[in-house]
Amino acid sequence: MTDVTGPPNALTSGRLPRWATPVLLVVSWAVMLGVFVLMALAGGSDVAIAPALFLGTLLFVVTGFVLSLLVEGLRQAKDRLVTSLVVSAFLVALIPLISVLFTVVSNGRHRFDAAFFSNSMRNVVGEGGGALHAIMGTLEITGMAALISVPIGLLTAIYLVEYGRGPLARAITFFVDVMTGIPSIVAGLFAFAFFALVFADPGIRFGFGGSIALALLMIPVVVRSSEEMLKLVPNELREASYALGVPKWLTILKIVIPTSIAGITTGVTLAIARVIGETAPLLIIAGFTASMNYDLFQNRLMSLPVFVYTQYANPGADVAPYLERAWAAALTLILIVMLLNLIARLVARIFSPQLGR
Amino acid sequence: MSKRIEVEDLTVYYGKFTAVEDVTLTIEPRTVTAFIGPSGCGKSTLLRTLNRMHEVIPGAYVEGSVRIDGDDLYAPGVDPVLVRRQVGMVFQRPNPFPTMSIRDNVLAGAKLNNTRMSKADADDLVERSLRSANLWNEVKDRLGRPGSGLSGGQQQRLCIARAIAVSPEVILMDEPCSALDPISTLAIEDLIEELKQQYTIVIVTHNIQQASRVSDRTAFFTIAGTGRPGTLIEYDDTVTMFSNPSVQATEDYVSGRFG
Amino acid sequence: MRMTTAAASPKATLRPADRIFSGSTLLAGSLILVALAAVAIFLVAQSVPALTADPNELKGSPDSFWAYVGPLAFGSLWAAFLALVMALPLSYGIALFISHYAPRRLAQSLGYVVDLLAAVPSVVFGLWGIKVLAPAVTPLYGWLVENAGWFPLFSPPVSGTGRTILTVAIVLAVMIIPIITAVSREVFLQTPRLHEEAALALGATRWEMIRMAVIPFGRPGMISAAMLGLGRALGETMVVAMVLSPSPKLITIVLTGSQNPSTIAGNIALNFPEAHGIDVNGLIATGLILFAITLVINSVARVVINRRAAFSGAD
Repeated sequence: MTDVTGPPNALTSGRLPRWATPVLLVVSWAVMLGVFVLMALAGGSDVAIAPALFLGTLLFVVTGFVLSLLVEGLRQAKDRLVTSLVVSAFLVALIPLISVLFTVVSNGRHRFDAAFFSNSMRNVVGEGGGALHAIMGTLEITGMAALISVPIGLLTAIYLVEYGRGPLARAITFFVDVMTGIPSIVAGLFAFAFFALVFADPGIRFGFGGSIALALLMIPVVVRSSEEMLKLVPNELREASYALGVPKWLTILKIVIPTSIAGITTGVTLAIARVIGETAPLLIIAGFTASMNYDLFQNRLMSLPVFVYTQYANPGADVAPYLERAWAAALTLILIVMLLNLIARLVARIFSPQLGR
Repeated sequence: MSKRIEVEDLTVYYGKFTAVEDVTLTIEPRTVTAFIGPSGCGKSTLLRTLNRMHEVIPGAYVEGSVRIDGDDLYAPGVDPVLVRRQVGMVFQRPNPFPTMSIRDNVLAGAKLNNTRMSKADADDLVERSLRSANLWNEVKDRLGRPGSGLSGGQQQRLCIARAIAVSPEVILMDEPCSALDPISTLAIEDLIEELKQQYTIVIVTHNIQQASRVSDRTAFFTIAGTGRPGTLIEYDDTVTMFSNPSVQATEDYVSGRFG
Repeated sequence: MRMTTAAASPKATLRPADRIFSGSTLLAGSLILVALAAVAIFLVAQSVPALTADPNELKGSPDSFWAYVGPLAFGSLWAAFLALVMALPLSYGIALFISHYAPRRLAQSLGYVVDLLAAVPSVVFGLWGIKVLAPAVTPLYGWLVENAGWFPLFSPPVSGTGRTILTVAIVLAVMIIPIITAVSREVFLQTPRLHEEAALALGATRWEMIRMAVIPFGRPGMISAAMLGLGRALGETMVVAMVLSPSPKLITIVLTGSQNPSTIAGNIALNFPEAHGIDVNGLIATGLILFAITLVINSVARVVINRRAAFSGAD
């Protein structure tokens, strides 16, 4: 067994003790905070905590590197440096996340009441009103977009995986890739351009146009994720079905799709979560309004993201109620998106068959 | 450039599971020692404790000691990185770095500690290592090509050259020929015979005949049943192990009655 | 012994159901091609009037259409570039953290946490940007202009509201971090264990192992991730519309000033609702330019990835 007082071990290099890192971090912060407190006292201003912590972390990284260099050598010092950088990167990313969520929740809860969910903004100036028309609009527009894009996307994925060989399939794959890169506002512009020409109405605004724009954004996502899921189904399953004399189309409908349905559902849910928060295309083609409108094909239709935007951008004389409604709508939107994400993950976890991965 | 390895009361754990129990053996410098035994008996696990590579798997730890010329690898404060500089390893599947040329592959380990090597020194090291690995003549005209473009046997010799380039004391080989064809296997076995003049070599092998061809001493491991830890049954000169082993289980294994 | 006479060339009998089904999948696939062609055609059709008309009729009376769209394109590229500069090191660091530094059991949960950032809609980021971030960075900008005003990026006058291109870029960076991280993380996790162990067995520290095995393997994926992020940043509309205080004809690199270039997408969002006549065509034309820019970037990304495939780690 090891003998602490025995001959020196040639394999031990200098090593910083395990408590060195946390102690050094605390000391660096303390030093910087001390410096800033002194500055505040001298200048008579508030202690700037954020810069103090930031510089304190910087101090920690630099002194940690130097200390490690002296005790452990350059290679270990570099290793430690990268470790601190990588951990800091993660923590830095958490800051905006926490800030956004905190802000939305603390500001949105003011109007997160029954009135908000049961009223539109019709004839409302200043206080009161709600986002019912926007919520309905979002559900209708996104629902229609899903209705369009899921069949097209899924059938295309089936074509690419089960049937397509040759130039057409290659072209489709290539252009689906192109489609994933369409900026959302361009999709909105296209929907506008198309319908403006078709209906010869240069000021056209209606909900269905928004659905078309969103479908354009959803289809490539649905195609890609469905393709992945269909490819995961082992070929042995298909061959077993053919060997039983089942025709190809039935094999796909009854064997391949049910096997991958969990993954496909997840992909579709995530696609919906992606587009439900899109503002730009709806601003362009669906427009905005204060009243309820259940008709996708006539007149402007309000949606939740556009509601957030217009409440912020076009407040009345008294800004506060408008902002409160904007935050409440933002909170609603985030909750919907997170709920969809959660459902997608749960479906994937619970329903996907073990494909021996 | 080779050292004695002394393993004392070594037990290897993966989390709660005991993989290998109470191994004690000594490996003399400049010898080739083979670890043999049926699948799952822990010989690869034991090999990996000799250069602390088992720790790469989370939750793995050991009790006991492994000394290289008296220095305990598991003493508190020992840096695994330093251990691995002294104890090199060649893996079952050849793994030259695919994005590096042959030359860069050989230098990969050496460059870690010696970033300012002059080009002349570097070329010298590359040639020496490739010659020691019996690969120089085959690749000397294409040192700039990617390491993955070689045949399996050549790739494995490249990995050996890479391991040699850092001047280790010990070379561990984890079934180095199991992914290779018989001709390449022969080439590697000849190479091992040459290498043992300079390095202490420990080789894990599934192939009993290979052990008898290549090693000076052989250690036989087995497990009592599934889920039980592996143990060292017998450790002796190879000649003795194969012609006149002391334990019945050893006799059964080397004569092919189980395995 | 009775021989059945074979047909001239044996063919599988295609039931009508098979035809209908495969036909419908083919239809769906072709619909995509048609849709994209339609996008191109209609956008071009609606843009042409703006390109051929007298530029004086466009908003702001520019000298030509290109003088109109040039500063906007600059703004889009500049903001996206700034966002990428900030987001890339952070994203790669986070991806490495999750794939190689964090404890295994936590890694997946940590991935979810970062993905939460992706769940926040852009309009909410816009609100946060204008209400929280801009006021928070205003004192910082003041300090920078006061103490480093000689540096071209920080020349005075300073913005009193914090609604500058840099603030926009920070929000964009936060928005594209989850995408870049997710793709990079996948790639890092797929590094073959064999190569990682080869590096470790040579006595490499963790960072050295990452440098030798993980990053070379992941480079094509890292590039594609960056391109995805860049594309997203270029097309981002609402954050720009809400946070930036734009001067549409301006081209400047000052980060902290009160005068900032606008972006194509932001400009469209701000002006489209009230636009009519030739202005509408002008805005659509700028949208077409934006589409072209993102197309070029995506194509370049694909070429880069394919070229590296030869030297990739794919066994």
